[in-house]
Amino acid sequence: MWFFSSPHIIFGEDALDHLDELPGQRAFVVTDPVLDRLGFTERIGRHLAAAGMDVQVFAQVEPDPSIQTVRRGVEEMAAYQPDWIVGLGGGSSMDAAKGMWALYERPDLEPEEISPVFDLNICKSRMVAIPTTSGTGSEATMYVVLSDPKQKCKISVGNRELIPTLALVDPSLSSQLPPRITADTGLDALTHAIEAYAANFHNDYSDALALKASQLVFDYLPRAYEQGAADREAREKMANAATLGGLAFGNSFVGMAHALGHSFGSYFHIPHGRAVALFLPYVIKYTVNGGVHRYGPLARSLRLTDSQDETTGACLLIDALRNLERRLGQPTAIADMDISAVEFEESLEILCAHALADSSILAAPRMPAGDELARLFLYAFEGKEIDF
Amino acid sequence: MGAKFPSQAWADAMKESVNSSESYAVAAKNWEGDFYFVVSDSDDLIYMDLWHGQCRDAVYTTDPAFKDPEFKISAKYDQWVKVLQGKLDPIQGMMTRQLKLDGNLIKIMQNVKAAQELVGCATNVDTEF
Repeated sequence: MWFFSSPHIIFGEDALDHLDELPGQRAFVVTDPVLDRLGFTERIGRHLAAAGMDVQVFAQVEPDPSIQTVRRGVEEMAAYQPDWIVGLGGGSSMDAAKGMWALYERPDLEPEEISPVFDLNICKSRMVAIPTTSGTGSEATMYVVLSDPKQKCKISVGNRELIPTLALVDPSLSSQLPPRITADTGLDALTHAIEAYAANFHNDYSDALALKASQLVFDYLPRAYEQGAADREAREKMANAATLGGLAFGNSFVGMAHALGHSFGSYFHIPHGRAVALFLPYVIKYTVNGGVHRYGPLARSLRLTDSQDETTGACLLIDALRNLERRLGQPTAIADMDISAVEFEESLEILCAHALADSSILAAPRMPAGDELARLFLYAFEGKEIDF
Repeated sequence: MGAKFPSQAWADAMKESVNSSESYAVAAKNWEGDFYFVVSDSDDLIYMDLWHGQCRDAVYTTDPAFKDPEFKISAKYDQWVKVLQGKLDPIQGMMTRQLKLDGNLIKIMQNVKAAQELVGCATNVDTEF
C-alpha cells in the first residue's frame, strides 16, 4: 500500500489569474526580499485584491530558510489570522511558507516534530504555492526543508496535509531567471526525477512522472539556459518539468545525492540544486556498483541507448549527466568549487554524520556501509570515478 | 524448528540475532532507545532495549505496564509478518500508518541504516508464523 498525493495544479501562462477567484478574507504572502523588490509581491497582491482579499507580506525568507525565520513568520501569521497562505518564490520561500503553515495551525509543535505519522488537522487556512524558479518542486510535495544555522545542517520534515492546496505554475514568473539559477534549479528538477525513479519507494505513478520530467529537462534545460526569456517554450516546459519532478519524488522519495547534497550544501553554502546535481553521477555509479538499480529503463526512455544491458544504460546516463553539467557550466567535482582540500577534509566527519542522519537517505537503493560515505565525498572532491 | 512469533523464544532469538550482527553494531553504535513492538489485534508485546549497537534486553509480555519505552510501534499480526518477511519496509509502513508509531519518527529516520539492519536481524531469525 502506498499513496499518491498532489495539489490542484493550474499551469501555463496566465495561471496566476486563478488567484482572482480565490474565496477568502486574508492572504499572508511568504516570499524573499529580492522578489519583493522586483515587484513579484505587488503583482500577486493585485490578483489577491481582485479576489477581495486583504494581503499581508512577509518578505524575509533567506536562502536555506532557518527555523528562526519560520518562527518569526508564524508570529506574524498568528496576529494576522490569514485564511490563505501564499508561498511565492523558489524552494526556500515555499518551504518556509509550508513550515509556517504547519506551526500556525499547530502552535503546540516544534518544527522537528512535524512528521507524516499523525494528523495535523489543518482547519484554519489553505495554501497556494507559486514557484518563481523551475526546479524545487516544493509546490507539489509535503516536504519542508529548513536549516539550523547553529548546527550547519538541514532538517527535512513533512506531512501529507502540507501538500499545498493549489500550485500555480505560471512560466512567466520564471522567464527572467538568470542563467546560473536556471542551471542550478533545472538540475535540481532532474535530480528529483532520477532519484525518484531509482528510490526504493518508486511506484508506477511516480515512475511515469519521473520519466517525463527527466526527458523534459534533458530536452529543454540547455535551451532555457542559453536562450533565457527568448525561448518561451523552453521556459514553460522547464516549469512543468519541475512540478512533475516534485510530484515524482513527493510520491516516491529522493536518495543519496540529496543526503550528500544537503550535508555539503548547508555546510559550504552551495545552492541546493548545484550541490545535489554534483553528487548525482557519483551516487549512480556507486549504486550501479552495488548491482541493484533501475537506471537502464531511464536511459532507454531518454533515448540514450537501445541496449537491454542495465549497466551500459546506467553508464550512458552518467555520461549524459556530465555532458549536461558541462554544457551548463556546472562543477563536476568539489575541487572546482573554491573549497580547499584541507578545509574539505577537516569537515569530512561532520559531512558524513549529517548525510547519514538526513532522511533523504532512507529509500536509497544502496545504503553506504563502513567508510563508503566518506569515500564518496572524497571521490566527489577529486572528481574520481567511483570504483567501489 | 523456528521460534513462534510472538513468544519469549522469538524474543530470545531476536536478541541473539542482534547481538551477533556486526553490521547492526556499527550502524546503531549511537542508538539509545527502547521499543514495544505491539501486535495490535492481540495482547502480545515484544519489548526490546537497544543500546549502542547491542540488545540489552528482549522480553515477550502481555502486560502493557511492563515498561514505558520511548517508542511503541503497533501493527496487526499480518503486518508484522510482512515486516519480518522483508515484504514491508517499516518506515514505509509507518508513513502509510500500516505501522502506528508512538514516538519521534525523526529520530528513527535519522538512524535509517540501524533500522534497516534491525529488520535484517529479524528476517534472519528462524520464525514460525
